[in-house]
Amino acid sequence: MITIRLFARLREQIGQPLLQWELSEPMTIRALLDALITDDFRWQTLTETEVLCAVNHQQVTFEQVLKSGDEVAFFPPVTGG
Amino acid sequence: MIKIQQEDFNVGQQYTRLANNPEAGAIVFFVGCVRDMNQDESVSGLFLEHYPDMTEKVIEQIVSQAQERWHLSDVNVVHRVGQLEVNEQIVFVGVSAAHRNDAFAGAEFIMDKLKTAAPFWKKENRQGKSYWLEQRQSDVQAANKWDV
Repeated sequence: MITIRLFARLREQIGQPLLQWELSEPMTIRALLDALITDDFRWQTLTETEVLCAVNHQQVTFEQVLKSGDEVAFFPPVTGG
Repeated sequence: MIKIQQEDFNVGQQYTRLANNPEAGAIVFFVGCVRDMNQDESVSGLFLEHYPDMTEKVIEQIVSQAQERWHLSDVNVVHRVGQLEVNEQIVFVGVSAAHRNDAFAGAEFIMDKLKTAAPFWKKENRQGKSYWLEQRQSDVQAANKWDV
């Protein structure tokens, strides 16, 4: 099981801040996103604009391999300060 | 000291904390506030969202990088989240150092990097509607100039 978290515009577009996902085997974030889109077309929105991702609070690329227990987050480019 | 909080901060207290160090010959701080205009439209306020835990970690990493590049005595970063109205304070970045060049550079570096790496997102209220802000290319360029 992994935890998927969404922030800002993505959280609103998908309609929920987090969900749990059963990870049958280690996979990249890119493969996870493909699986999410297959499950629910709304996730397609994550491929249409620049989206960043983090695993366990560390920003990573979409090639990062996920393992059970990870927390993966998707978010738009940041705008604080 | 790094703090993410909803409540306002007192600039005087932040300054005193930085100044209370005998080796601090120079103190530089920046305060960011909510503007009343953006893209020629009137702004009535904004909502600031963040990613708890990751935000603190990213800012800690930025402060560590600054401390490796310059001789800094103390660093204070306070960033507010939640609903903020026009003119309210958003962020305080303060640095003390023995010499002013280190203090100026350290404060600017931390602020530039925070704006492009720390997971905060602003949603602005303009004329009855709210809009997520897009990252500015000028902010990205400001952060990248430290990497060349």
